[in-house]
Amino acid sequence: MVIPIFIPMALIVSFKKFLDETGNIARFTGRFFSVGMKPRYENRELLNQCYNIGYLSFPLVALTAFIMGLVLTMQLRPSLVDYGVESQLPVMVGLAIVREIGPVITALIFAGKIGSSIGAELGSMKVTEQIDAMTVSGIKPYKYLVATRVMATTLMLPLLTILGDGISLFGSYLGVNIRSVTSIDLFFLQVFKSLEFSDVLPSIIKTLFFGFAVGIVGCYKGFNSSKGTQGVGISANSAVVLSSVLIFIIDLLAVQITELLGLN
Amino acid sequence: MGTTEVESVIVIKDLVKGFGDKIILDGFNLTVKKGSNVVVLGKSGSGKSVLIKCIIGLLQPDSGSINVFKENIPGMNEDELDKARSKIGFLFQSNALYDSMTIRENLEFPLLRHWVDIKKEEVNRLVKEALENVDLLHTLDMMPSELSGGMLKRVALARTMILRPEVILYDEPTTGLDPVTAREIEKLILKLQKKNHTSSIIISHDMNCVKNTADLVVLLLEGKCYIEGTYEELEQSSDQNIKQFFE
Repeated sequence: MVIPIFIPMALIVSFKKFLDETGNIARFTGRFFSVGMKPRYENRELLNQCYNIGYLSFPLVALTAFIMGLVLTMQLRPSLVDYGVESQLPVMVGLAIVREIGPVITALIFAGKIGSSIGAELGSMKVTEQIDAMTVSGIKPYKYLVATRVMATTLMLPLLTILGDGISLFGSYLGVNIRSVTSIDLFFLQVFKSLEFSDVLPSIIKTLFFGFAVGIVGCYKGFNSSKGTQGVGISANSAVVLSSVLIFIIDLLAVQITELLGLN
Repeated sequence: MGTTEVESVIVIKDLVKGFGDKIILDGFNLTVKKGSNVVVLGKSGSGKSVLIKCIIGLLQPDSGSINVFKENIPGMNEDELDKARSKIGFLFQSNALYDSMTIRENLEFPLLRHWVDIKKEEVNRLVKEALENVDLLHTLDMMPSELSGGMLKRVALARTMILRPEVILYDEPTTGLDPVTAREIEKLILKLQKKNHTSSIIISHDMNCVKNTADLVVLLLEGKCYIEGTYEELEQSSDQNIKQFFE
């Protein structure tokens, strides 16, 4: 007996849209390697973007990292006290921040600030025909606008993560000192003693991919913005949503890969 | 005997362009002679902007040919298109000035990318000359947001002219401007055309602009070239499709 399977039409349409969008993003990403990496390089614009994307994001990343380190320490302490391992607080916080929380939270903050700003900026350039104006002037907008931004996000996010981790650990040191007294030397000695090369390197490498994803998604959404102010708003919003989801997917893949390589 | 054939700079044959099921251009034909101003007249949504976007290669036509200086635009790859575009200027309806750059940077931007070996002094000279041509030298270090609509249009015109194109495509150059500024822009278009010996296609439904700038008027109707002639010829027509523009 054959049981008819009823698949709603809306589901098929949504799935087709999803496949189309995935294909378009893959093509857009492919152009980064085929067009964006070829000379002549837009070095001045790359430096400008590194300043805008990296340097100007630092205060926000620093503030959130500091609070995150402080709060994490304050939340963890009671549980560790219950088990009588309060002395392990720096070790636990250090591992959590460097391996997972630091890179992911920094990337999410970065996606919120930079992903939306790239999506809105390129979206507004698209609807005001500035991108077309570049094309008709014989300037390659992909190279000038996309390649420089994607390179800047890819290079800047690891740097911001390293700085953010440091600030977060400092926040944690202050958190430890709220209820007890530990010298800064002892705190950081305990943290670094517990960290291994295999803890630090994979977490920095994955931020390269987080940064690349934030840049590509922001540029793709902006470049394909529909007409009007609503279109620009949607581009900015969907850039943040999609890049945040991608950060978690990349993180999941990174965990699987490090486990396969025996680095966990 | 003794008449010399004027060279054609743009020859469009059987151009077809549609979006989905909707056919916008349906076998459109047009020839632009060297040094002439051709105005393409038509209602909103008739496909005028689509036409010039196909000429500059921003849109790919479904079929037909667009020869600019005897080279077929739709058959070109990206590098060939870039080369061909250096001979074609495009004035956008929205001006499309880069709003994160000063006026100076807006004008320098295409220069520095087209002429890689150009010296800084030469860039400065060309930028100042382009702004002098539109009487806006004092705006050199201002941002686009500080300028009025008419000034923006003049800066956009200066940017279009800076690469010394031989053909210029104007997308509704006077739309959204007050009548006085619109007349100034028309005069500027004619002044710069005389100075640089350019040929142009002007998209417009502003009849004053059509009257003042056109050597030849082409009426785009239902995707086809409905009629072409001088402004005076079309003005005297009793055809309702033509008359409605002059009423």
